[in-house]
Amino acid sequence: MNATATVLPSMGGPLRGLSTFFYRRSTLYLFLLLVPPLLWLGTVYLGTLFALLMQSFYSIDEFTAQIVRKPTLATYKALVTQPANLDIVFRTMSMAVCVTIASAIIAFPIANYMVRYASSRAKAVFYVAVLVPMWTSYLVKVYAWRLILAKEGILSWFFHAIGADALLEAILQAPGIGGPSVASSYLGMFIVFVYMWLPYMILPIAAALERVPGSLIQASADLGARPATTFRTVIFPLAMPGLAAGSIFTFSLTLGDYIIPSIVGAPGYFIGMMVYQQQGTAGNIPLAAAFSVVPIVLIALYLAFVKRLGAFDAL
Amino acid sequence: MRRNRTPLGARVAAYAGLAFMHFPVLIILLYAFTTEDRTYQFPPPGLTLHWFDIAFSRSDMWAALRLSVAVATAATLGALMLGTLAAFALARGSFRGKQTLTLLFAMPIALPGIITGIALLSAIKLARLDPGYWTIVAGHATFCIVIVHNNVIARLRRIPASWIEASMDLGADGLQTFRHVLLPQVGTALLAGGMLAFALSFDEIIVTIFTSGHEKTLPIWFFSELFRPRDRPVTNVVAVMVIAVTLVPIVLAYYLTRPKEERS
Repeated sequence: MNATATVLPSMGGPLRGLSTFFYRRSTLYLFLLLVPPLLWLGTVYLGTLFALLMQSFYSIDEFTAQIVRKPTLATYKALVTQPANLDIVFRTMSMAVCVTIASAIIAFPIANYMVRYASSRAKAVFYVAVLVPMWTSYLVKVYAWRLILAKEGILSWFFHAIGADALLEAILQAPGIGGPSVASSYLGMFIVFVYMWLPYMILPIAAALERVPGSLIQASADLGARPATTFRTVIFPLAMPGLAAGSIFTFSLTLGDYIIPSIVGAPGYFIGMMVYQQQGTAGNIPLAAAFSVVPIVLIALYLAFVKRLGAFDAL
Repeated sequence: MRRNRTPLGARVAAYAGLAFMHFPVLIILLYAFTTEDRTYQFPPPGLTLHWFDIAFSRSDMWAALRLSVAVATAATLGALMLGTLAAFALARGSFRGKQTLTLLFAMPIALPGIITGIALLSAIKLARLDPGYWTIVAGHATFCIVIVHNNVIARLRRIPASWIEASMDLGADGLQTFRHVLLPQVGTALLAGGMLAFALSFDEIIVTIFTSGHEKTLPIWFFSELFRPRDRPVTNVVAVMVIAVTLVPIVLAYYLTRPKEERS
């Protein structure tokens, strides 16, 4: 506020009249404010979501490859009865679960150190250091990992440098996680997923840890607990809501992603890739829509589960 | 906090984690200068600026860049208007349905991008439209609205209500209060929200792939280049460019929106 006070002319003009009009009719004012954004979100967002849901109840005529606009459960039936489709859902879900667990394990020490041990200057640096990878372009990060994991890339060089070529070969031969190179294997995909969502996991955990009063930890020590016991019985349960909140991001982001599996991927399909493929060459939008309902349902279930762990208070 | 007795393990784990998070981007920076053009060989056999030249002479890259900037600008402008309106409406007070509206304004970011993308595409196909510039802008504007809304509403909630009351006590009407009291305060939040929206729209690919039809924004161009072995280091150079264009506004936006107490 400036030191020289501005004496505003007390005009009785039309603008003041308009202002008073709206002041008296606050509901109308609210309504007018909300109409444009709601109109937009309502049509472009909710409307399209509804159209998607509607499309999942349509089906595709096998012979003409045209979409038959009659409500039917045939598409959903195809989704749940074909074992190939169930495979895809299962594969995506297991990847999401593994990624969530791994990110939690890696994120926790970082958040723990950041909140409890770092000096306030180091803490500010840590926060920015965690945020910068989050702000870096998504595609660039995935591409960077493809470079690193490629056959002639840094990972191979590293294994070669420490003389562990055989170990790398063994990993690549392992069923389920291996592949022709790490850059086209489930292991590679797993590493990239964990990397991408780490900041989303670190921040809620850090926020939850910030809320743990130092006095609680001291009281625990006063009562005779060693640091490990304090961690296990006091700190970790209190940080749980943060972990749950972070896991929402890792779980839902992994469920819906289709770019990472196509860039750093094994041949097996993921839900996102299926959606993309079905709407593209196959033109089978009903099936694509049905497939995309699956993550929505899974995420809704997961949110309900995680709400009981207190995640919503930690967001 | 017993800072002088930080367990070594905790410190090592934390810094190792941080290094893990940063080293891929540093690798990209390194690879933009490599002389090797056919493989991802490490260590790079030599360093050169040659690829920057090649990258800048690619007309398809420039076309994609122009489209990305155009889309981001349009989406940001629309989002600034709509997001601010929504933020002013939802900042204070409670009314029936406010919870639902808050949820609605969180959904575009909460639900996976693929769902937004396929929803938009199926609606486009249902309406028998042609995907193109405006459909891309529509998709981007939707989540940009949420970003601007979040920034502005956070700032509005930090303005004490007493300021508005004081302003009115001193004789200002609503419009004058808005112009002289609220607008200067939310100014930086608007700027930050706009820059954040621009950067995120520029970098957006998940929804854009569905809504773009034959158009190519820079991320889509980048994505298609990944599957073609021609001019591999050009992708690295463009990656470095993208980092610069998207990281700078976001960092600035972050520093603009931190509460004054933290800025010391």
